[in-house]
Order: sequence, then C-alpha cells, then structure tokens
Amino acid sequence: MTSTDLTTLNSARDRLTSDGSVLRLSETEAEQKSGYQAPTEEGLGERMIMNMGPQHPSTHGVLRLVLEMDGETITRSKPVIGYLHTGMEKTGEELTYLQGATNVTRMDYAAPLFNELVFSLAVEELLGIEVPDRGQWIRMLMSELNRMSSHLLFMATNGMDLGAVGMMLYGWREREEVLRFFEAVTGLRMNHNYIRPGGVAADLPGGWDEELSAILDIIPDRLAEFDLLMTGQPIWRDRLQGVGVITAEEALSLGATGPLLRSTGYAWDLRRDQPYLKYDQVEFDVIAGSFGDCFDRYSIRLAEIRESMRIVRQIIEKMPEGDYRVQDKKVTPPPRARIDESMEALIHHFKIFTEGFKVPEGEVYVAVESPRGELGCYIVSDGSSKPFRMHIRGPSFVNLQTLPHLMKDSFLADTVAIISSVDPIMGEIDR
Amino acid sequence: MSDAETPSIDDAELPEESVEDVLEEELPQPELLHGVPVSESRGQVVLHPSREEYVALVASLREIGYWMCIDLCGVDYLGYGPNRNLPAGVAPERFEVVVGLISHTDRSRIRLRVQVPESAPQLATLFQIHPSVENPEREVFDMFGISFDGHPDMTRILMPDEWVGHPLRKDYELGRIPVQFKGASTAR
Repeated sequence: MTSTDLTTLNSARDRLTSDGSVLRLSETEAEQKSGYQAPTEEGLGERMIMNMGPQHPSTHGVLRLVLEMDGETITRSKPVIGYLHTGMEKTGEELTYLQGATNVTRMDYAAPLFNELVFSLAVEELLGIEVPDRGQWIRMLMSELNRMSSHLLFMATNGMDLGAVGMMLYGWREREEVLRFFEAVTGLRMNHNYIRPGGVAADLPGGWDEELSAILDIIPDRLAEFDLLMTGQPIWRDRLQGVGVITAEEALSLGATGPLLRSTGYAWDLRRDQPYLKYDQVEFDVIAGSFGDCFDRYSIRLAEIRESMRIVRQIIEKMPEGDYRVQDKKVTPPPRARIDESMEALIHHFKIFTEGFKVPEGEVYVAVESPRGELGCYIVSDGSSKPFRMHIRGPSFVNLQTLPHLMKDSFLADTVAIISSVDPIMGEIDR
Repeated sequence: MSDAETPSIDDAELPEESVEDVLEEELPQPELLHGVPVSESRGQVVLHPSREEYVALVASLREIGYWMCIDLCGVDYLGYGPNRNLPAGVAPERFEVVVGLISHTDRSRIRLRVQVPESAPQLATLFQIHPSVENPEREVFDMFGISFDGHPDMTRILMPDEWVGHPLRKDYELGRIPVQFKGASTAR
C-alpha cells in the first residue's frame, strides 16, 4: 500500500467536489439541450451537449452518457443509469433466503458466483453457522475461476472497444473453457445458484481436478498470445497509456475499489487485507499499478488472471475431503436418497423449499473482493424466512462515479477506452 | 439527584434511585464510542449518531483514518416486529440511513445507523466529506424519499424522473403484471 496522508487526501477531495467535472443536468434538460449550442456568454466557445448510449455497443449494455463537449474535448459529463433497473432489492424482500441466491446471481452477470457468495456469507453470519472446510475451498475455487472468466471477458470487450476486434473472439474462447467447467460443476454456464446459504449446491464431479488442470495448461499460452497481440503493441499502448488517469487519493475519495483503486498503486485487496473463506491459506500477490491509467487497469486484470490460476493450482492440491455443505437440519435439505425411503425426509425437504428456514433477527454487512472491487451485502432480518431488507453494494455502481473525473479534458475517442477500463456491469449498477 | 429538597424522602427513595443511577452511569460508559452510542451486531461495530451529530462524526472519523465511505443505504423499518437492537437513548424512527466506513490502516470497518423520522425524511449530505456518496445518496432519495440537504444533484437515479413514489418503502406495493390466459374473458 502506498503511503498517503490526510492532507493530500483532503486536497484531492476538495478538488473533486469543486472541479465541476460532473454535469448535473436532469434527463429532460439534457434532451432539450442536446445538439448544437450557441457560444455562451462567458465566451467559453462552442459547448455542445451530446448523448452517448444507452444503445451504444461500447457502453457495455445500457449505460448512457451525457457529455458536454468543447470541440473534441469533454468538459463535463454525467453517466445516466437505470435503464436496466428491475427492482432486485425489492424482489429480494419477497424471496426466501434459499431463493435469494437465484435473485442476486443475476446482478453482476459476468461474476455471478461472487453475488451468491456474498449473499450466502451474509446469511450464514446471521445464522451463526460455519460452512465445512471443503465447502469453503470449493467456494474459493469457484470464485477464482469466476474471476478468471470475468477478466477474460474484460480482455475481449476491452480489445473490441479499442478496435482489436480479434480479441473479442479470443477472450470469449478462453472464457468458454472456464464456463465449460462451471457447466460441469453447477449445471449452468451463468446464473448458477450454486453457492447457497449453508454451503454449495453439489460436490465437485469426479475428475474435476484433471479437467481443471487441462484448462490451466491451455490458458497461460493464450495469455502469452494476449501479450503479443496487445500488451507490447505500440498502438495499444498509445491508446491506453496516460488515458483516464486517477490518483490514489481521488480513487479513495470516490469510493473506487478493485482494479480501479489498485491501478493507482494503492494495494488494497480484501482477499489479503480482510481475509474471508480460506484466503489466508493460499499464496498470491496483490497486483498494483503505478500510473492509475487505462493501461495499468488492463495489465492488472491480465496479471490477476495469472494470480487466480496460481490460487487455483494451490486449491487443487489442498482441497480437503469432507462435507460440501453444513449438516444443520434447519438449513440443509436431506440427501436425495433419504427422500426415497423416508416420509419425514420428504416433508422436511418440502418445507425447506416452500417455507424456507428462519433466520435470527439482526443486521449484518459482509464484503468480498469481486473482480470489480468490493462487493458488499447488507441484510436486515426480522426473524422470518425472508430478508426484511437486502442491499447489495455493487462495486460498478460506485466505481461509475469516477467516470466524469476520468474523462474530464480527454478526447471523445478516449471515452470508449475509459468506460471499458472501469469495466462496469450494468446489471449490477441498476440492479 | 442533588436537587432534592427534603432529605427524608430522598433517603427513603435512595435504593430505587441508586439502581437507576447505576444503570445510567454504567451503561453509557461501555456504550459510547467516539462520543455516540454504540452497539454490536454479529461482531460488527455499529454507531448510532443523532441526525445532528452525524456529519461531525463522519468528519472526525475521517480524521482518524476512516478515509473511505464504502457504502450508504436506506432501510424502511415500517412493520418491523422484533427489537431493533438500538442502544439505550436512541429512539427508533421509521427510516434509517446506514453508512459503512472503512479504515485501511487498521483494517477495520465501522457502521453508522442514523434514525430518520417519517415526518421529516431529511438528512445532511456527506458529499463534502466523502464525494463517494453522490450516487448512493441519490439512490436512497430515489428508493426511500429521504432527501439529503446540501447534495449537489438530488434527483432520481434509477427510476425515471417523472416516477411517483419510492419503491423500496415498505408501503409501496410490489408490482404485478396481469396474466392473460387463453380463452379467459378478463385478465387475472
């Protein structure tokens, strides 16, 4: 962690609150002012309000940006969100704790297992139960693989956004390798509902380690190809280096976490700094950049794929035997075989899936390090089988606030690179 | 206790008074942290500042290392049955604004729960202390109708501008789409 102090932090904050890089216009006003604008009285030249998105392919879904342009330069901007809002936090209040994982998994659809994980950890904290070792190691394995698949997706979209169209194919191809493993384990490629309160849905299938080793043999070579295709290329570097620069103090003031914060050289990673699961038993490096620009954010993610593979290799070696879910009759449904022979087991199974289990009253906040930063879950329980309030702290939602500051005084052509480097997932922003 | 004028009555009531005295003197002592009532929830430290203390508290916590406001959300406690785990002296109100702060130097987190009454759903903004609350405060305004005084852009963020109501309030009905069955005369 680089040393920063309150004085520099204060000056960064004061700069942020007063530099006017955020365009605070209502949607209606933005629409009215859209298009050509006559020179203003202050003689600031020809300012123009421009709408980018929400249907623009480079805006990662349905992000809309209202940009105030001075020629080709962006003076102020505002991300407009909400186009994908489906009220998932409200829905979460209507679903039992067992159903809740199916809801949250759809938020950050590029890293669904992290959503399930943080929700389950919060529920388990309220229940006061501890998942058996094997369950925790499986969770860790799946999270790290998901981090890889999410970053590989970033490689694809980031390449595409910058005109390296071939990357769209290669990134997806490599991600597919990981998703195939997910399908073998969870039954689905996305939205798994695999990590549930109490453990995971099923044990790893036979031969999982060999299958995984095969994947881990392929990907390093492909990452070397990425390096060849992008990292060393002068055009690639020109488009990313020095673009969208942010300092550590600014990132801290804006609540940015994940690769965005680490790119500034501030090595903060919850896996190391506030360990959950069994992260204190594996070795890995926290990757930090030094310039806080788009290139650092790109290379951090590339390096994090390698670190995740390093963790996965250790998990394969250390995977303990035992239960993959807690043996607590209140939370865990009886095994399939028991249902065939016991009426009580059938009723028990039915009750858990229809009524759910009751969670003691209280409130708790739990956070994990998702590929995008701190993913938090705040649950208030009133003692019933449904959460009274379920709030997800989406890293993309908070990271998005850095966009106006990253884009200030940059060219329109760089916006796409900057949006891409923040790696926002709209499902999580709008929830 | 010293304002009693008749010593005889005072003596007689002394045992009862002293119990209250002990309660009042001993409870706040462990329950005060950074000058405001504190409670614990599943091992996590929760502070309960009043609306007046709130901004000053966040500012002073920032001075001692809580540099980052990691989360801000609202809770509507309408119809919440059980005890809300509030320390003595904190009166429950319908709304709560929950703020999460993090200190990287000693790797600790602290949570603030501020009571916001239904009659005046307002709170001072933290924007000048932590610019990171800009979007979260807008979300709380959008979803709960709690407005933050001094916020530079107190507009809806997720719902359309012209939307009526605040969806995450407990008295806001969950939306339903009528299902049309084949052959049925009306939607059900």
